[in-house]
Amino acid sequence: MLMIDCPWCGARAELEFRHCGEAHLLRPADPATLSDAQWADYLAFRDNARGWARERWRHVHGCGRFFNALRHTQTDRFAATYKPGQAWPEPPA
Amino acid sequence: MTRLATGGRIDRTRPLRFSFDGRDYTGFAGDTLASALLANGVHLVGRSFKYHRPRGILSAGVEEPNALVEIDRGVGRREPNARATMVPLVEGLVARSQNRWPSLRFDLAALAGLGSAVLGAGFYYKTFLGPGRDAWHKRWEPLIRRMAGLGRAPEAADPDRYGNRYAHAEVLVVGAGPAGIAAALEAAAAGGRVILCDEQAEFGGSLLAEPRAWPQLAADMAALSANPAVTLLPRTTAFSYGLQNFVALAQVLEQPNDLRERLWQVRAQRVVLATGALERPIPFSGNDRPGVMLADAARHYAQRWGVLPGRNVAAVVAHDTGYAATFALQDAGAVIAAVLEMREAAPAALLAEAARRGVRVLANHGVVGTRGGLRISGLLAAPRGADGAPDAARATPIACDLLLMAGGWTPSVHLFSQARGMLRWDAALDAFLPGEAREAVTCVGACAGEGLAPGLPVTQMAAGSARAPKAFIDQQNDVTTRDIALAVREGFRSIEHVKRYTTNGMATDQGKTSNMLGLALVAGELGRSVPEVGLTTFRAPYTPTSFGAFAGRHRGLQFDPVRAAPLHDWAVQQGAVFEPVGQWQRARYFPHAGEEMRAAVDRECLAVRESVGIFDASTLGKIEVVGPDAALFLERCYVNAWQKLGIGRCRYGLLLREDGFIYDDGVVGRLAADRFHVTTTTGGAARVLHMLEDYRQTEFPELHVWLTSTTEHWGVIALQGPRARDVLAPLVAGLDWADFPHMAVAECRVAGIAARLFRVSFSGELGFEVNVPASQAPAVWQALMQAGAAHGITPYGTEAMHVLRAEKGFIIVGQETDGTVTPDDAGLTWLVGKAKPDFIGKRSLTRPEMLRADRRQLVGLRPHDGRNLPDEGAQLIATATSREAEGHVTSAYRSASLGHPIALGLLAGGRARLGDTVFATSLNGAPMALEVVAPCFLDPKGDRLRG
Ligand SMILES: [Zn+2]
Repeated sequence: MLMIDCPWCGARAELEFRHCGEAHLLRPADPATLSDAQWADYLAFRDNARGWARERWRHVHGCGRFFNALRHTQTDRFAATYKPGQAWPEPPA
Repeated sequence: MTRLATGGRIDRTRPLRFSFDGRDYTGFAGDTLASALLANGVHLVGRSFKYHRPRGILSAGVEEPNALVEIDRGVGRREPNARATMVPLVEGLVARSQNRWPSLRFDLAALAGLGSAVLGAGFYYKTFLGPGRDAWHKRWEPLIRRMAGLGRAPEAADPDRYGNRYAHAEVLVVGAGPAGIAAALEAAAAGGRVILCDEQAEFGGSLLAEPRAWPQLAADMAALSANPAVTLLPRTTAFSYGLQNFVALAQVLEQPNDLRERLWQVRAQRVVLATGALERPIPFSGNDRPGVMLADAARHYAQRWGVLPGRNVAAVVAHDTGYAATFALQDAGAVIAAVLEMREAAPAALLAEAARRGVRVLANHGVVGTRGGLRISGLLAAPRGADGAPDAARATPIACDLLLMAGGWTPSVHLFSQARGMLRWDAALDAFLPGEAREAVTCVGACAGEGLAPGLPVTQMAAGSARAPKAFIDQQNDVTTRDIALAVREGFRSIEHVKRYTTNGMATDQGKTSNMLGLALVAGELGRSVPEVGLTTFRAPYTPTSFGAFAGRHRGLQFDPVRAAPLHDWAVQQGAVFEPVGQWQRARYFPHAGEEMRAAVDRECLAVRESVGIFDASTLGKIEVVGPDAALFLERCYVNAWQKLGIGRCRYGLLLREDGFIYDDGVVGRLAADRFHVTTTTGGAARVLHMLEDYRQTEFPELHVWLTSTTEHWGVIALQGPRARDVLAPLVAGLDWADFPHMAVAECRVAGIAARLFRVSFSGELGFEVNVPASQAPAVWQALMQAGAAHGITPYGTEAMHVLRAEKGFIIVGQETDGTVTPDDAGLTWLVGKAKPDFIGKRSLTRPEMLRADRRQLVGLRPHDGRNLPDEGAQLIATATSREAEGHVTSAYRSASLGHPIALGLLAGGRARLGDTVFATSLNGAPMALEVVAPCFLDPKGDRLRG
């Protein structure tokens, strides 16, 4: 079980958290102006990175806040967790 | 008796009685079941898995593949497949052998040789997939099911308790042999919390067979146990090593009838693995006969338990440590018949010591075969030929009652590998050793190769054995050298494939004594080296771990808790029949004495239609949405228009996902400009809140709005029926009835209790939902029951609720919808705010696929025969013989009010097919003809609920 660093609460056990998919997907301001293909891209297409991935997590059984994380999908390492709206950190070399 | 008069760590002043297969024996405190059996001269302890061959005790520890017994501590406490080598002897222990029929000494399956004729490598695959498929079902499967198998599962519920603990430590040391104890002492001296665990009942590991080391061992253990920062956990197996040094330990407790086992979940800053090494058996014909034993195990029995497992001992050795074991048995009183040295020559110093002791050493010799029935009586020794196989033509018989195997050592790297550490092949030691680590872990002692000397490489030890009959490498799964060779001949190259095809290493011991031999044999057959063949993956658990340890206290209600609504106890007193809805238990109907479900539901439905019914709706999800931007937030989330909803008014809200499909629904009431009372489906409460929080926090963070779950705060009592107002009105204070139309909400008092009163209807009748604090709900319910007595007020359950809403064509999310239903499919386009530029899912609704005329749309279905119900879930087909599904039945009920059955369904282009006939498939009969009708069967204009 992983320890995950909630940006608000600190390190807590994985079972307090919920994974919420890819991060930094901004909902289009005016979806009506998007073509079907553009909307489908927002709706369904994900990087599914092998390696460092930017993900959303929620401290659902804690403070309830959503945050972002940089996690390696092969080793499960967390390089960083950060608040929504913050720029993403560079992956470790 | 083979117990020595002196020596060992057993307490001869504390005899313990035990039984094995119904016979009574005596051992001593400090014995394991295995050492006690050997002390009583019992070598035959089990029958093998497939071939029912007689099997004895191979090892003295965790790797034991053969001595699997059933421990019986009474009803519900029968434990199969306990390793006799790991069971501490206690007074009154009852143990039985397994896999024998009718008895251990006389087994019919073995006598018939049934197994070996049919159960070779890949037997299951060949028989099951080939032309023999019929024969499998008729002949082999019943036979194998009786013959093969491993132990008997207990039949009664486990009466014992299991515990769980979380622990944090600066250092966790796994394994309390010399290296582990040294590491624990060092860590304790450095300060910080230290946990030292060992799977054995006694700490010491290999030191327990070194009497000279015992005084220092005692001093070290005394120092550790005196240190309050050190936690000592005997009989505790580290079975799983996860990321970030999270290690799971299974502890067997001394008081099994109180707390039987405890699961420790340890997070350690640093882990020290001191897990030792396991001795390799040697493959030769008949190496599975009782009395053939790992050499170091025999040394342990003699020196730790004061047991001489044989008086006339032979040894076959590929490693120097075989001599120490042989000499130890000689010192304990055994006669050494011969040492078969598989290498060209043993080191000179060992040969000199052997000569001094009068021990005959036959260099470059191997075992052709063994003799004996239920225990070894002798062997055939022969010089090894050029291919490594002993030359049977030059064999010499040697009598013995114990044959030691010293095949060299395999470091226990299981946990290191579980922690995703890389393994590296050490050619000099002929072993996989810990390489690059991914965790903060240190390997010490034999598991790191420390203190191990090279012996005969395993490929050379196994050379020539692939043609020997009945040379076992996996004794628990009955895999022989020939099985491995056959698999390679049949084209299997990957060690993972060979493993699965032969089942080598797949038994409960997970190949602790067999994996290296399997690798060596595959390498030999392919002409490759061991590291080129590779290694199978190590996975948790290291040893079998009980379900009880994993479950801990999470049993019954602690595993699957019941949520009870505020009127639950009242419903129980009324004799309600309940149904589970998620974790809730909801009253399904309230039968009168002797009343069947159908009659009860009909009565409850008619009461609502004709007078008044009362219903506990407390399980509805509730979310308080508050803040200056509350209306704007709902506007962006729900399909409806909210900004213009008046204070004191309600609306039926519909929530989509971004893909445009219905996610949830529920009535939303506006209590103030900045306050909404949102209800969700019973099952949707948590996920709707999660979704709304997601949008609030991450998409619309600029909005000033807060969400609070109030599901448990409010008890909700629904009053439905033409007499509902008559019952309610006398109890209500502070409400302007003149301004309280259908879909209104007001704060007032009901029976003296502050309430939020909704005028809403899920039945199609005049209806109210009284929200009061959950603790007050029973009192308000009682008041309403009293007030309603004169009107024939009738409690109704979820079944009647479902019938009533279906008569009105109201959907239930999750029943009429399945994640592929749009608002238009459900006939709810009228809810969608046309002028809204955006809401969750709006863009998806104009995708071409969503606009097709043949989408499956909600319709009513009326059976032609007027009597029978279609099955919920039945496919809808256009003609009685059609094979093409055009939709399905989502709900079907008998309707007492209408006098005929009704159903709802989703039907392709359904709204354009009103009046048509379709058919519902049936599992056990002809398709049923149904007329397609509008979904609303009763009062389509809604006059009743405005009454
Ligand atoms: Zn938090």
